[in-house]
Amino acid sequence: MSVNVTMPALSPTMTEGTVAKWLIAVGETVHSGDVIAEIETDKATMEVESIEDGVVAHILVEAGSENVAVGTVIAILAEAGEAVDAISATPVTAAADEAPAAPAETPIAVAQTSVTQTGVAQKSMAETSKRIFATPLARRIAANKGIALDGLTGSGPHGRILRRDVEAAPAAPAAPAVQITPASANAMSLSAAAGASELVANSQMRQVIASRLQQSKQQAPHFYVTVDCQIDTLLAARRALNEKAPDGVKISLNDLVIRAAAMALMAVPDANVAYEDTHTRRFQHADICMAVAIDGGLVTPVIWAAETMGLAALSQTTADLASRARQGQLRAAEYTGGSFTISNLGMFGIREFAAVINPPQGAILAVGAGEQRPVVVDGALTVATVMTVTLSADHRAIDGAVAALWLQSFKGFVENPVTMLL
Amino acid sequence: MTKTHYDIAVIGGGPGGYVAAIRAAQLGLNAVVIEREHLGGICLNWGCIPTKALLRAAELRHSIDEMQAFGISVGDVTIDLPAMVKRSRKVAARLSAGVTHLLKKNKVPVIEATATIGKPLKNGREVHLSDGTVISASHVIIATGARARSLPGIEPDGKSILTYREAMVPQDMPKSLIIVGSGAIGAEFASFYNDLGVEVTLVEALDRILPVEDSDISAFVAKAFEKRGMNILTNVKLQSVTAGSDGVLAKLDGDHPDLQAERMILAVGIIGNVENLGLDGTAVKIDRGHIVTDGFGATAEPGIYAIGDVTGPPWLAHKASHEGILCVEKIAGGKDLHAIADGAVPGCTYCRPQVASIGLTEAAATKAGHSIKTGNFPFAGNGKAIALGDDAGFVKTIFDATTGELLGAHMVGPEVTELIQGFAIARSLEATEAELMATIFPHPTLSEAMHESVLDAYDRAIHF
Repeated sequence: MSVNVTMPALSPTMTEGTVAKWLIAVGETVHSGDVIAEIETDKATMEVESIEDGVVAHILVEAGSENVAVGTVIAILAEAGEAVDAISATPVTAAADEAPAAPAETPIAVAQTSVTQTGVAQKSMAETSKRIFATPLARRIAANKGIALDGLTGSGPHGRILRRDVEAAPAAPAAPAVQITPASANAMSLSAAAGASELVANSQMRQVIASRLQQSKQQAPHFYVTVDCQIDTLLAARRALNEKAPDGVKISLNDLVIRAAAMALMAVPDANVAYEDTHTRRFQHADICMAVAIDGGLVTPVIWAAETMGLAALSQTTADLASRARQGQLRAAEYTGGSFTISNLGMFGIREFAAVINPPQGAILAVGAGEQRPVVVDGALTVATVMTVTLSADHRAIDGAVAALWLQSFKGFVENPVTMLL
Repeated sequence: MTKTHYDIAVIGGGPGGYVAAIRAAQLGLNAVVIEREHLGGICLNWGCIPTKALLRAAELRHSIDEMQAFGISVGDVTIDLPAMVKRSRKVAARLSAGVTHLLKKNKVPVIEATATIGKPLKNGREVHLSDGTVISASHVIIATGARARSLPGIEPDGKSILTYREAMVPQDMPKSLIIVGSGAIGAEFASFYNDLGVEVTLVEALDRILPVEDSDISAFVAKAFEKRGMNILTNVKLQSVTAGSDGVLAKLDGDHPDLQAERMILAVGIIGNVENLGLDGTAVKIDRGHIVTDGFGATAEPGIYAIGDVTGPPWLAHKASHEGILCVEKIAGGKDLHAIADGAVPGCTYCRPQVASIGLTEAAATKAGHSIKTGNFPFAGNGKAIALGDDAGFVKTIFDATTGELLGAHMVGPEVTELIQGFAIARSLEATEAELMATIFPHPTLSEAMHESVLDAYDRAIHF
């Protein structure tokens, strides 16, 4: 039985493509994994592999043909032992014609994408996506506002999403939200063949993270400065503070890092800035965002005017924000804005990393784990607890020397904690 | 001195207090109810329930007048007022006994006393009882209810100037009656006394009777009352009232002529029972006679809560009960609790014709900035209402044009107080017009008018 080769959907939004080049000819034998054609989309040219063995019976779309709709049969293979001449040049099943936009009946695999396509009919939406419980009114309002329900936490009985949950959700960025239609957002579940994968609709949060960080990397020329901080004194200070701290207050290393960053931002105000096209915004306070990993993404609640807070208050604020962030109970005003961000992956044992700036801010500090390392002191090898931090800075607003100065200031506070407790 | 300690002490055994105590017991909390008079509170003893018993009597009396149309002849009709009142009291007593049983079943002790909140303790508060004993509780819920408000210079004497309390247990029927205030209480007494042949004048300071209802409802009821022979005065305030041996003389403001009647009922709202509770020196805030609380009954003083009428309008038993449950669940650490949303409390008035509503009036919806769609369906187009011989009234529905939210529903007519829960459920499930339209309403019922009203809001009514 012959099999159809159809125009593949190389991205969820692709509706048509151009057959740039055929790498096979009629009569040629192809094996699973062979590259058979190059397909051009508006974004890229990709190679398409066959996932079937067979002999090319017909090429229906000539190389160079433009605007070929996804799903259109572009070639027909004869299976092993099948006479090529006996294969009609008419596609064998109507399935592809009936649903030209759907990636059905495609005996080819797309190189460079993780999506495999098979002859198995696409599973229905109900089978593949988790059922979302939401009231009719919540659904209506979400649809009106372009808010994806799957990113929301329901506060109604049994977690049902209520109107208030939708209204409390951050407004969707206009463009991507509107395009979330069941067809594109829905998981396309495919067979468990080798290389099989699953497409999961992007939550609202995921889309916001994607667009903001993409914007950051595209628009803000990042540069990175890294420094090692010896933190034995800081850890000792922390122990001493916690012994004297009021009930319920437990100052963490992270609190001290935030404090040091706040003091450094005050000491080097040139680093507490944001580039905004025609002008540069200079923040008056150290409004520090802390990145909190939550289910399915992250949020960056803001500690406003962190430099004005004592350690006890700072510690309580960070604990409260982090806990409510994890429960999804932050108000929009609590994670919007801020002048500087700290991302700490120390708890995972990460030695050092470079973070993407949280736009429109000018810089972000990536904090690694405090760990014992050999260090050289006065020519002798000794052991110290060392924490490596990397500042990612937006060169449009912050020059290398300013970034270096800031890190130097930060390191000074961390290594001589008495100076930042003033 | 050893004290009995409770998790929750509820002061007041009305529909807020006893329900809170039962919910607390269900959640495994050790609760006590302190009640000074009758379990069941005003609602059960002097409010909702006994008035419904009286109104039922009046309704039956009225229906006799309609018997001929149904082909039934009735001989001489006599009214035995004492028997009527006695039945009303019996109904109240039966329900009060029922509450006693329910509390007992849930192992909630009841202390017959008045209570004053005492000093804070490490584990809650002291509560001083009128018999001299002192108990303590981790949480104290004030559910003391409210009493009739009086107007300056007009003191109810219980003989010619009455409050709801005396009005409910008349020894005889006055020839004429002035009712001051046309909210639910005033309208119900007007209807009751008018049905028993009393000449009724209803005086309202605002521009329409039933002023919290949608203006279409107010207008309809005013017309129905006037048709029954009542005299309705709106935009009128009392200047002075003198009670003499021959009745009451009321002087009105403006050019209105004086009113003379045998008796007067004051129904000008109620005021919270906030006195002698030991709240002085606590952080509990009292605003215009009512205790200020958050959405879960918490006052500004930790450990002291308030629910029901004592916290302010709407003064409704079902609001008190719901608040009691929310308050206790919050204390017990319940999750995903929501304070009562604006417009979520249905209101019912049992005059003839009955009135029931939930959510926003048309004026309030417009004022709140909603672009609205309204539906209106008269019971004159409803088969069941016509068969019952009671087809006066209508169902009005108000939807948000953008979201399809049922913003409000307002009904007047036969048994609408029993129908309103349908719209309450729709609102609480956050149904839109689509679900209401897709619901099959049974035929022949009065509820079909609800369906038709929804259809009418979208120009799809079938029977009108």
